[in-house]
Amino acid sequence: MRTRLVTVLLALITAILVIPGPVAAADEQGGEALHGRILNPDNRDQGVEGIGITVYDGEDEIGAAETDSDGMWEVELPEPGTYRVVVDQESVPSEFVVREGIVVDGETEVDVEADDRRPLIVALEGVGADEGGASATPSDDASDDSGGEAAGEDGAIAPTTGGGNSFGAKFLQLTVSGILFGLVIAISAIGLSLIFGTTKMINFAHGDMVTFGAMVALLFSTGAAGLGNSLLAIFAGIGIAVLIGGLLESRLPRTTLIVAQWVAIFGGIALATTLGVMGDSIQWQVPLWLAAGIAVVMGAVLGGTMERYIWRPLRHRNVALIQMFIVSIGLALILRHVILVIFGAGRNRYAGYQIQELVQFGPVAMAPRDLVIMGVAIAVLVAVACLLQFTRIGKAMRAVSDNRDLAESSGINVDRVTLYVWGLGGGLAALGGVLYGLNQVVEYEMGFRLLLLMFAAVILGGLGTAYGAMVGGLAVGLVAMLSTLWFPSQLMQAWALALMILMLLVRPQGLLGRRERVG
Amino acid sequence: MDILSILAESTRSAFGPIAAIYALAAIGLNIHFGYTGLLNFGQVGFMLVGAYGVGISVAVFDLPLAAGFGVGLLCALVLALLLGIPTLRLRADYLSITTIAAAEVIRLVYRAGFAEPLTGGAFGLQNLSADFRTLNPFEAGERYGFGLLAYNGNHLWVLVVTWGLVAVMAGLTWMLMHSPWGRVIKGIREDEDAVRSLGKNVFAYKMQALVLGGLIGSLAGCMLAVYQASIQPDQFKPQVTFFLWVILLLGGAGRVFGPILGAMAFWFLMTFTDGVLQGMGALGWLPFLDSPDYGAIQLAFAGLMLVVLIVFRPQGIIGDRKEMLVNVK
Repeated sequence: MRTRLVTVLLALITAILVIPGPVAAADEQGGEALHGRILNPDNRDQGVEGIGITVYDGEDEIGAAETDSDGMWEVELPEPGTYRVVVDQESVPSEFVVREGIVVDGETEVDVEADDRRPLIVALEGVGADEGGASATPSDDASDDSGGEAAGEDGAIAPTTGGGNSFGAKFLQLTVSGILFGLVIAISAIGLSLIFGTTKMINFAHGDMVTFGAMVALLFSTGAAGLGNSLLAIFAGIGIAVLIGGLLESRLPRTTLIVAQWVAIFGGIALATTLGVMGDSIQWQVPLWLAAGIAVVMGAVLGGTMERYIWRPLRHRNVALIQMFIVSIGLALILRHVILVIFGAGRNRYAGYQIQELVQFGPVAMAPRDLVIMGVAIAVLVAVACLLQFTRIGKAMRAVSDNRDLAESSGINVDRVTLYVWGLGGGLAALGGVLYGLNQVVEYEMGFRLLLLMFAAVILGGLGTAYGAMVGGLAVGLVAMLSTLWFPSQLMQAWALALMILMLLVRPQGLLGRRERVG
Repeated sequence: MDILSILAESTRSAFGPIAAIYALAAIGLNIHFGYTGLLNFGQVGFMLVGAYGVGISVAVFDLPLAAGFGVGLLCALVLALLLGIPTLRLRADYLSITTIAAAEVIRLVYRAGFAEPLTGGAFGLQNLSADFRTLNPFEAGERYGFGLLAYNGNHLWVLVVTWGLVAVMAGLTWMLMHSPWGRVIKGIREDEDAVRSLGKNVFAYKMQALVLGGLIGSLAGCMLAVYQASIQPDQFKPQVTFFLWVILLLGGAGRVFGPILGAMAFWFLMTFTDGVLQGMGALGWLPFLDSPDYGAIQLAFAGLMLVVLIVFRPQGIIGDRKEMLVNVK
């Protein structure tokens, strides 16, 4: 194994060394420059385009730049020294002004050292915010409460404040959005908890499985062309391979089994390549609910694949648990950035579900999509509970979760149960992603942010118990939302974390956990 | 693709200030994981409070730099106690969950709008290293070194100080781990219950290790603030922690020189892959990718390194395989 690896590496290195190429452009590190990013004060993840910035040395103009669509700008400088930077006030959109502070009247002076590529902070703020004096808190509080858009990275979900202004009405409204958020967390967290129960492993990649579900649903609901078809083909191939491995394990001889699995995988890859080459000629689009279905199936395949081809071999090699945690962190990193490369870093929404007439229930106003999310989430949670409580495989899952060795010695095929748990967990995570994306925005880091809340939920309810994840999810959702009544919405996750730490102090096994689990 | 200049650039970054800062933070992580067996997935949180300790003291309150370092270290101490008290009595996985969540929550709080008067919000703080640069014995504009392997005066000053700190901390680690305290710590990693049965207060020892590693991590954060002269909260994303893990596992956990060697090798590899990707992109070999994707590919590559290392060579370059086969208790 090792010699083969070394050979491949050597071959790669020789190839790179031998291949002639144009001499690299001038050393990119050297030279002086000023750069920066001008952000939209209402939404810190977006830049403001088209703001002109000019750099002067004394009275001589050295260079000028205009911010691009991400708000980035850069001016190259000839030598170290002190420069005067002027922000073109005319080019700033009329709804913003340049914040006074570092920049005074649109001008500032900066010292640039040799080889220094200095960032320069130019901040905007909403018109009227500086009326109260420059030292006062900027307008964030006002803009953050005004809608979901502003939340950005600061808070996962900004509460949609409804019509009622009284405390009671706000409380009810936030309770409802808290339950909604809690249901989403619960759905995504069940898999995390079950996986921990059956394998004693914390799956740090669970958040990225959530992102995966949301992204895939977005892809198929907005029109799948070459990329979607290829993904589908690859997942079909791998899914078939996992199924062959899982279902026919005891019925076929070992070699046939392995050959059949490889045939399925390579068939999938070949099909994917063909479809990718054909590109946009096969174009199709499905409504969101069907796309969500596809996402759930693909999420289940992803979970099953990880178990079958990564975790099971590692367990059989007796890799220790700490090492497994680190592997799952690595997998999370891979998955997140592969998603980033494939789907891009943009913030998207499911089309057609954003602007909806609110339905009034007494003091509480809800968008129809939120009602649907709630309905689906409750139905799925009940279905999962029934599965765990009444079916054979559900009972087996709980048995393995209780005591893996005892379950194995009483004749349960533990490996197969674990495979099903991963499939179930992956599917639920994907569904959670679609629901979360429907309520908020779809972007590549959404899952990681949800993962923090899922951890809080799982620990609150008790690591390893499926019902604990449901209860904990609801509790975390409620606490996070209701905290915005008194505290800034950016602190939502901090409160969830505080709740988790409090729980660890008073009852480390969680609400529904059993005492002997904790060492 | 000019392979020689890429190699030179990679070597430059392997010895550069950033590698030194990461080596320092990884030494802290080595005390956590390599010696005590604590799964800290939030080392970046310690770096963040260290950097902001310097940033807020210097930029907002106009205190001298030394006071900033003090504030940063104090914040790290508080953070370590906050994380340790609820989790260190429990199994290792609780600490891992709490640290990864806490590090990200701290970042979100520091970049939040209501904290802007103090932390500068998403924009961060700047003009932090005036004090440090007045102490600079090198000429700021001069380039030191030979050929492509040269640093300017300011960077060289940061580089010398940080590598100096790395050496001091590595020496400290060596002395600690060869003391009775170190033997207890390593005993905890191997078998916590056995150590407890000898009458040692395992919780207190673990807490001391967590605090010590956290302080070294926050020192790395302070140096980062000084090196860049400005800090933004988004530099302290969770991937920094994962880089530190790659560094630690690459070099060899539980070895004094592991983090140092790991940091050099890691930054060499990162700069090298970046150079190769850019070069291949310039040659038009990567038709499906734009240059912003290269960063994402590098991060995915770091993840892959983590997986491959832990599966095939958990002891890294200079580690001891037997020592790295510890299990969660």
